[in-house]
Amino acid sequence: MVEFNLPANSKVGVGKTVNVANGAKRAKSFKIYRWSPEDGQNPRVDTYVVDLDKFGPMILDAIIYIKNQVDSTLTFRRSCREGICGSCAMNIDGTNTLACLKAIDEVPGDVKIYPLPHMPVVKDLVPDLNHVYAQLASIKPWLQTQSPAPSRERLQSPEDRAKLDGLYECILCFCCSTSCPSYWWNGDRYLGPSILLQAYRWIVDSRDEMTGERLDNLEDPFRLYRCHTIMNCTKACPKGLNPAKAIAEIKKLMVVRR
Amino acid sequence: MASNNKTLRSPLAHARGLGSAKYGTEHWWHQRLSALALVPLTVWFVFGVIGHLGAGHAAFVAWMKSPFSAVMMILTAAVTFHHAQAGMQVVVEDYVHVEWQKLALIIAIKFLSFALAAACVLAVVKIFIGA
Repeated sequence: MVEFNLPANSKVGVGKTVNVANGAKRAKSFKIYRWSPEDGQNPRVDTYVVDLDKFGPMILDAIIYIKNQVDSTLTFRRSCREGICGSCAMNIDGTNTLACLKAIDEVPGDVKIYPLPHMPVVKDLVPDLNHVYAQLASIKPWLQTQSPAPSRERLQSPEDRAKLDGLYECILCFCCSTSCPSYWWNGDRYLGPSILLQAYRWIVDSRDEMTGERLDNLEDPFRLYRCHTIMNCTKACPKGLNPAKAIAEIKKLMVVRR
Repeated sequence: MASNNKTLRSPLAHARGLGSAKYGTEHWWHQRLSALALVPLTVWFVFGVIGHLGAGHAAFVAWMKSPFSAVMMILTAAVTFHHAQAGMQVVVEDYVHVEWQKLALIIAIKFLSFALAAACVLAVVKIFIGA
């Protein structure tokens, strides 16, 4: 039941320090988690001391600078650099967030950057998202209907459309799921806040006709009811959404349909 | 979290697993319902005990001989243990990841809770109808 030893590759050592600040007026240290599957070493935290006047204001600007100018082996995901793709989700200063939306001056002292917690690491700041993407596929995140396809758009009243606000904005960065202790301990079966928010987005969509089947698919002690309303998800969401509320709404519907 | 690089099953097969248990709502609802019931029951119990501070055995027996107190005491014991076993089951499911250990612990918790509840109820009934 109790494991006294950490799993392989869990002990994080101290790595190298690279100082390229060269007497800069505004120097800042970035302490970044590094692990490569290829060298057979444990993870380490490398320190990069850089000049903040050399790049833009966001954490993502800093790590792109480090990769381009200081250490090209540093590995991370990024794409849109404006908080819409969800690629650069990582743990910055102890909080899961998007590197592109987090300003460097929001972090006092050294900036500590780790991959999203409790996910298998592919390399450095890149987590393995295969399982969570499969969990997303398992809830069938698309419109499902029984009635024949109409010859024009499926109509939705403005009131029903408004029910999707606060849900459709989710960019699947998984900051919420990876901040959830229940997802850490039982993520193999618990769907986690991000997937449950997606599930609710389709449950509450007035055009969808498979609401009952969707609820059937979620009614499970692990898939849904591992949520203990810890609320880390809502606190972590860099888009300001409320996955905990979406999960509570699903639980309410479960009781209503009994 | 388990990433199964070692297995040849697809990630979707792993995520879908054994499918939905189609169960859980009753358990969740009863936990909420028993929590709600315990609010007045616990208040009654605490104030009842405080009211008898320093009282002797005879005063407690007299208290339990009132039908209202006896019913409230039986409800308090039954609901407390029902709520406790439901909550403990969730704790075990959260943290114990070896299947037989999980099952053994849940069985032990349920048997112990129901045994203690039965003992409490019997004690109240015995005082109520007995000497």
